[in-house]
Amino acid sequence: MPSVTRRGLLLLAALALLLLLPAVVRGLGIDYAVGVATRMLIFALAGASLNLILGYGGMVSFGHAAFFGAGAYVVAILSQHATYGEPLMTWPFVIEGTESALIAWPLAMAASGLLALLIGLVCLRTSGLYFIMITLAFAQMIYFFFISLRAYGGEDGLSLFARSRAGPLDLADDVQFYYLVLVILLVALALQRRLVASRFGRVLEGARDNERRMQALGFPTYRYKLAGFVIAGAVAGLSGALIANQTEFVSPSFLDWQRSGEILVIVILGGMGRLLGPVAGAVAFLLLEEVLSAWTEHWMLVLGPILVLVVLFARGGLWSLIDPRERNRG
Amino acid sequence: MAEPLLQIEGLSKAFGAVVACDDVTLALPAGELHAVIGPNGAGKTTLLGQLAGELRPDAGRIRFAGEDITSLPAHARALRGLARSFQITSLFPRFTALENVALAVQAQAGHSFRFWRPAAREAALSEPAAAILDQIGLSGRAAVPAAALAHGEQRQLEIAMALAARPRLLLLDEPTAGMGREDSRAMVEMLAGLKAEGGITILLIEHDMDAVFTLADRITVLVYGRVLASGAPAEIRANAEVRSAYLGEAEEAN
Repeated sequence: MPSVTRRGLLLLAALALLLLLPAVVRGLGIDYAVGVATRMLIFALAGASLNLILGYGGMVSFGHAAFFGAGAYVVAILSQHATYGEPLMTWPFVIEGTESALIAWPLAMAASGLLALLIGLVCLRTSGLYFIMITLAFAQMIYFFFISLRAYGGEDGLSLFARSRAGPLDLADDVQFYYLVLVILLVALALQRRLVASRFGRVLEGARDNERRMQALGFPTYRYKLAGFVIAGAVAGLSGALIANQTEFVSPSFLDWQRSGEILVIVILGGMGRLLGPVAGAVAFLLLEEVLSAWTEHWMLVLGPILVLVVLFARGGLWSLIDPRERNRG
Repeated sequence: MAEPLLQIEGLSKAFGAVVACDDVTLALPAGELHAVIGPNGAGKTTLLGQLAGELRPDAGRIRFAGEDITSLPAHARALRGLARSFQITSLFPRFTALENVALAVQAQAGHSFRFWRPAAREAALSEPAAAILDQIGLSGRAAVPAAALAHGEQRQLEIAMALAARPRLLLLDEPTAGMGREDSRAMVEMLAGLKAEGGITILLIEHDMDAVFTLADRITVLVYGRVLASGAPAEIRANAEVRSAYLGEAEEAN
């Protein structure tokens, strides 16, 4: 089976490249590239979370940035309160601000997951075009909510005094932060791999391909889709917590509809329903942005035709060009 | 006398001005194979949709196994032992034949909030699924994606998925639809075998009159959503009204 070996070699090479990347870019004297690579990994995580519901669950959510941005804001707001030493709230119980990653990041996931639960409860009663529109509408509501949030910078956004603290790690160091993000992404992908092969994953895929049949078989599909939507929202919240740390700044632009579109493009470009598709998509998307935006601010003019070509000629996305095994699947 | 397994009383359904199901009353005792026939547009599929829980009747009641299921959603009826097949093959095209049936087994095996164990390696799903493929004569094609199966095989798989639920009542929507003579005969044989094994009640919608008169214990004729006649095959064959409304018509068409 030569293609399997080729795939294995390719994955090994990619992993080695990711592990050695900080040393390589330092050797080349382009230290800032570590930050770019970190952004790629974070958007790969955001893309992977959307891929769970879009690629495996068939739910075309056009509001994924709401969960991404909400996670970012949770970290930034907790950090601001920690900096000024003011509790976030005092009644009915006291919540202090914090810069601890161990508290703030899970809270970001919980907040985004809860938001996904509330939005999903309504949106998942619709499907198709209506689902796209209603997820977009909810995300825009959250967007305007943060714009009107004067205490946290409103339209101007909010700067972080420092990155989160994570035990013995010094996240202010770009290289350590990069490795932490890499580990989080790899763990998330490993868990996603288990999940999509499990009974739950089968139900998600079944509901994507033929929801009516699933119900005739006895599956209450709504609750499974909702669970998938919440998991995806929580993981998107984690990626938002990471991006807030990476940029040390959050603003409402983190959750506007263009950002939702970017995450969608990452998934479609990389390969929907392929575990590593969003990774390929995020790398390609941010690389194009990095290279082309230095050349012209209208870099989307180049991205557009590329996306059209991928959708027309590589229906499994970029990942199917890399991994021939994936080419013939749906 | 024991209560019939399925009892339909005064079932009615209209789509705008079109009355697709008009005061239908029927009873299926356990173990019966009951065929519903009628010309195109007679409301057969509408009747089946209401029984399966996909269409909400405007009036009337459906009792199944002693329980009023009129307002239950489709998935809840499936879990009570009411399975259906589809007239237009309705499979999971990317899943293999075995995975298709395993999914049907999974539906009956408790909740699916199980996130860790690979479903493909669960013997509790794949073994019953393999047994059903065997019973239906598809075990040689277990690893083939449903989309790549021949039409006749897809029709067989369609039935296999309904059977995987170990249903008490099986609703079959034109199982021989689009089949050639050979495949059609194989399907009728398979259904006859199923009936001979006993323990299952079947409501069969079918256009193929040979199949209907071979298999059915009783036949109901629907015309314009109404029950025109209901009785044993010999009675239906002899019924003048039925002959003029439907059977004669079918003979002319042939």
